[in-house]
Amino acid sequence: MKMKPLLALMALFGFSAQAQNRLNLTEGVTDVSNRVYDLHMTIFYICCVIGVIVFGLMFISMIRHRKSKGREPAKFHESVKVEIAWTIIPFLILVGMAIPATSTLIAMEDTSDADVTVQVTGSQWKWHYEYFEHEVEFFSRLATQQEQIQNKFEKSENYLLEVDNPLVVPTGKKVRFLVTSDDVIHSWWVPDFAVKKDANPGFINEAWTRIEEPGIYRGQCAELCGKDHGFMPIVVIAKEPAEYQQWIEETEAEQIAAKEREQELLDMEMSMDDLMAMGEKIYNSTCAACHQANGQGIPGTFPALAGEGVSVDPDQRQQHIDIVVNGVQGTAMQAFGQQLSMQELAAVITYERNAWGNDTGETVQAADINELMNQ
Amino acid sequence: MSTVVDDTHHDEHHDHKPYGITRWLFTTNHKDIGSLYLWFSFIMFFIGGAMAMVIRAELFQPGLQLVEPNFFNQMTTVHGLIMVFGAVMPAFTGLANWMIPMMIGAPDMALPRMNNWSFWILPFGFAVMLSSLFMEGGGPNFGWTFYAPLSTTYSNDSTAFFVFAIHILGISSIMGAINVIVTITNMRAPGMSYMKMPLFVWTWLITAFLLIAVMPVLAGAVTMVLTDKYFGTSFFDAAGGGDPVMFQHIFWFFGHPEVYIMILPSFGIISAIIPAFTRKRLFGYASMVYATASIAILSFLVWAHHMFTTGMPVFAELFFMYCTMLIAVPTGVKIFNWVATMWRGAMTFEAPMLFALAFVILFTIGGFSGLMLAITPVDFQYHDTYFVVAHFHYVLVTGAVFSIMAAAYYWLPKWTGYMYDETLAKLHFWTSLISVNVLFFPMHFAGLAGMPRRIPDYAVQFADVNQIASIGGFAFGLSQLIFLWLVIKCTRGGEKAAAKPWEGAEGLEWTVPSPAPYHTFEKPPKVE
Repeated sequence: MKMKPLLALMALFGFSAQAQNRLNLTEGVTDVSNRVYDLHMTIFYICCVIGVIVFGLMFISMIRHRKSKGREPAKFHESVKVEIAWTIIPFLILVGMAIPATSTLIAMEDTSDADVTVQVTGSQWKWHYEYFEHEVEFFSRLATQQEQIQNKFEKSENYLLEVDNPLVVPTGKKVRFLVTSDDVIHSWWVPDFAVKKDANPGFINEAWTRIEEPGIYRGQCAELCGKDHGFMPIVVIAKEPAEYQQWIEETEAEQIAAKEREQELLDMEMSMDDLMAMGEKIYNSTCAACHQANGQGIPGTFPALAGEGVSVDPDQRQQHIDIVVNGVQGTAMQAFGQQLSMQELAAVITYERNAWGNDTGETVQAADINELMNQ
Repeated sequence: MSTVVDDTHHDEHHDHKPYGITRWLFTTNHKDIGSLYLWFSFIMFFIGGAMAMVIRAELFQPGLQLVEPNFFNQMTTVHGLIMVFGAVMPAFTGLANWMIPMMIGAPDMALPRMNNWSFWILPFGFAVMLSSLFMEGGGPNFGWTFYAPLSTTYSNDSTAFFVFAIHILGISSIMGAINVIVTITNMRAPGMSYMKMPLFVWTWLITAFLLIAVMPVLAGAVTMVLTDKYFGTSFFDAAGGGDPVMFQHIFWFFGHPEVYIMILPSFGIISAIIPAFTRKRLFGYASMVYATASIAILSFLVWAHHMFTTGMPVFAELFFMYCTMLIAVPTGVKIFNWVATMWRGAMTFEAPMLFALAFVILFTIGGFSGLMLAITPVDFQYHDTYFVVAHFHYVLVTGAVFSIMAAAYYWLPKWTGYMYDETLAKLHFWTSLISVNVLFFPMHFAGLAGMPRRIPDYAVQFADVNQIASIGGFAFGLSQLIFLWLVIKCTRGGEKAAAKPWEGAEGLEWTVPSPAPYHTFEKPPKVE
């Protein structure tokens, strides 16, 4: 019986701790993010104190200084002393606030002496990561199924905050991010690191972090970047340095092997069925966001592929390949030559030329792509 | 001028004005044009509000239920554009048209034909903008801030319509501002020195200078967007030697003064209403004027605080952080002055006063979150989240919009000649006050917990706050129908209003009968 109040108290604390995580800024997992959190709480408490004083005086006045209580209005309407005081005192509070803010900011912007450098490139609507010290690069896309977004399946725990290939970085090391974009402005944001940097096309921004604890950290694109702005999350896995070293070496070996294998496969012909099956998968994950799963596009914004244009014209097969591989300058059409393997490119072009009643009956093989790329 | 003199006497007795549609189309009367502006802004408020309802309905639950992401982006964009350029700014211009001549003892605005034109191009500007929503590919979907290159290379075909609509609205605002400045500098009654002008006149004078300074900058920005998209220039395209971040510098050099354009006239309104219902003179009139001017000057030095994450040199970040924090000082002075005005007064709580008091408290809350946003290192966490959405809706809805409602209640008796229905007004106030906080307060938490703005769908941990905010949103939207009904009712009849219906009100506008005659102060009044 005696335990009951204690349990209730604990439950209350447990609840409030949980609620705080959901309602307040995260403290994060780096020294910088902790300092940012402290600044946030300091300025918040200062505002609360000022608020209590100002609103308190207002409410006292509203309750006591009413006409209905027979008050006669006072006559005063200025006081130089008081006015100087309430100019100087807020100014001093601001100076007190600016000092820790300045030192934190200077620390945040010091990107020198990095141990690991990763180039982060945003594009509509995915992230690309490239490690400077190793031959490792990959795209990172939303992994949540469309059926969850369309409310056909139940939403998973990390709904909209999960990706196919998360970024992996070591703990305890200074990791520098070089942030840029291939198309519009994006913004790379992971709240737990207190890092948010805009990805500007044609320019490179720098940011850094030193993560203390291993774990999985999630963030999102923070700058409106078009239709699927809400669907390009960021997932970072922080591993112990030894584990990280093992991961990066394995991944590097895998990627080199994959490239060699691709060269070997160039001579291999794939059947129409294989190309269509692979192409459909690629199309839905890479192309459908703009051109839509039914190939109809969005009129006025993204062109249709079904029944019109290069994808049905037998004379424009080469042009079709060129558009997919090299993109179209000055439009949202990206150069997929760097994003997909030759086999995948061949499959997706084949798919576009034969799906939705396009039925050209033509296949495109990896060798065709290779030929165009090496022209 | 000599030819005008003959008319002066009898006009005051017979309001001979044309009837029917031509009265409104060809009017050069400041009161008619003021009414046109106010009704136009009211209609726009409901159109923009309907879009906000679409946004809140889609965000009621995680997942996509009602609209496609592309349409959602059009809703957030056009909602912002309409509320800024269609609702808040024309409402203030309407109030300026109605009240400034009457407050300074002038017969009309100085440039009445331009006044007519500056109003009548507005409906066409918005028709151009709204029509693009029905075109193939839809209307503007790049946010009201239309950052390049999303608004240039990657925008839809209707972008030219957006550009020309903004040009028209800009021309309208500039003409309105010129008119206000010329009227105030030339047409004050004898004895009405600058430091005797009501604060609403002062704040509008300063606002008008801000408008003339920055609307051409906006026009330049949209023109560069137009030529980048359609004529092959590369102002904002790195591939041609341009810089997308330069767009943001230009936009926010307009954009930051713009947010003060939407709040300085509010300060004037509140500074009229609080003394009236406290029955006590405004505390620190001179410091109010200086504070307004300081805020206006500082507004040109803080634009880059909207862009801390774009990657600036540390020195620039520090400069813009310090300047931004500095704005808290004159803004604080204003709040303290209003509280000191209330102190030891004899208050009553009619609808204008209720909205004014709510303004002081809720605008201050918006000011606090603004101060938090000024701190650059923390801004990296707040930037582009719902914390920012909460912040600017506190200063714009419970700030600017509440002050406009306060002004409407305060001057409705003067405009219509009838008292509004105080019971309905109180109902409108309390439903609005509660629902607006249910709507916007939880957004602070969503932002701090990490929800980015401008997204049509969100992670499941944000579901509760969004649901609460949506319920608040629907309630706030419905509450405004009470206001509409009240205003219509007040124009049609009710208790007759005295020339000065508020015991403590001061100013020349209360020396003329209610409703104000079609022509007032054809002979300038004497100001002691």
